[in-house]
Amino acid sequence: MTLSREQMAMRVARELQDGFYVNLGIGIPTLVANYVPEGMEVMLQSENGLLGMGRFPTEAELDADMINAGKQTVTAIPGASIFNSADSFAMIRGGHVDLTVLGAFEVDVHGNIASWMIPGKLVKGMGGAMDLVAGADNIIVTMTHASKHGESKLLSECSLPLTGKGCIKKVLTDLAWLEIEDGAFHLKERAPGVSVEEIIEKTAGKLIVPEEVPEMTF
Amino acid sequence: MAGFDKVVGSYEEAMAGLEDGMTIIAGGFGLCGIPENLIAEIKRKGTRDLTIVSNNCGVDGFGLGVLLEDKQVKKMISSYVGENAMFEQQLLNGELEVELTPQGTLAEKMRAGGAGIPAFYTATGVGTPVGDGKEVREFNGREYLLEESIVGDFAIVKGWKADRYGNVMYRHTAQNFNPLAATAGKITVVEVEELVEVGELEPTQIHTPGIYVNRLIVGTFEKRIEKRTITES
Repeated sequence: MTLSREQMAMRVARELQDGFYVNLGIGIPTLVANYVPEGMEVMLQSENGLLGMGRFPTEAELDADMINAGKQTVTAIPGASIFNSADSFAMIRGGHVDLTVLGAFEVDVHGNIASWMIPGKLVKGMGGAMDLVAGADNIIVTMTHASKHGESKLLSECSLPLTGKGCIKKVLTDLAWLEIEDGAFHLKERAPGVSVEEIIEKTAGKLIVPEEVPEMTF
Repeated sequence: MAGFDKVVGSYEEAMAGLEDGMTIIAGGFGLCGIPENLIAEIKRKGTRDLTIVSNNCGVDGFGLGVLLEDKQVKKMISSYVGENAMFEQQLLNGELEVELTPQGTLAEKMRAGGAGIPAFYTATGVGTPVGDGKEVREFNGREYLLEESIVGDFAIVKGWKADRYGNVMYRHTAQNFNPLAATAGKITVVEVEELVEVGELEPTQIHTPGIYVNRLIVGTFEKRIEKRTITES
């Protein structure tokens, strides 16, 4: 079985560490906040200028001046700080954020990522994604392993315009957990019930498969 | 106006001197912390061929989106656009030009522009379409792009509280690009929700010191919410 969105978020959450400052992108990455292990403190950074993002507000708390980078109304946790956009990206570009989780259309064996532009389709913009991938050392990309038509998104070379060059080391797909090193994907874990053969078949870029590929458990 | 008093009496006066073809830097993120009345005044004035530097371009009928209605905008310099149908249409028709800029680079372009720094190096965008035609230089084994800063003929800013001297505080995440825009305008115009007495703002809590502000006006704001997300209590 491929991983559900929730299972992907749960798997990413296992990479969290106590005291981490974390930036979560839109979509599956946002769900990671729901699976922070009990007793662990992490602080969420939202690139519009909020460190210590909390849950959505109640009706009574709703405030047009409190939003996240997805433009959703949010709250701030006790101990949060709010700052301008240049300071926010100083945190990001300066490597002060411990973990960044974001989605992608394609990644390749060189650690390149394409996530913002499909030529021929209307391009809305990169937002903060290029700064995030350029600034963070510890990035997890969450994505589907292949398109609906079965075409691999884990490639030898990205075919779409890049968001960042040589910056991705960890990828979680709906089929597997992989790490990128020395010009290849290294298969580390597989989704429950997914065969190594299926992962090999759906990975276009060079893939290193160890003898034992542990199955994720949830 | 006398001494350090920056308060002007009308929106017309606030935007006086804005001419066709000028560059305007605008604060705001999505619809949060946008100078909605200053934008409305630009629409009323009918100034055209504007280049607007702003993270986003509003939505249909609100925020910077209203300037598209009479085709007043020639070019947008933004990180994320197209939440509005009219924007998309004018872009596809070739009536509107867009320079997509990474959000952190956009913020730094404003900060540097206001700080008298003409350009800076950043790793953001190396090897991507953003780097096309830009100088690349290596520092400590890593490649960086040379990005030029931005100064606007006008900067339009939304604050929370200010005193007559133009000292401004922002509220919550309505801060975003506003204090950066405030530094980067040849003429910086700030609209706020509340005017307080000089001396009332705690000096250490002022986000934008009055030296950056040329004109100040008090307005009333709709503060529309773009994505209303609620926790059921």
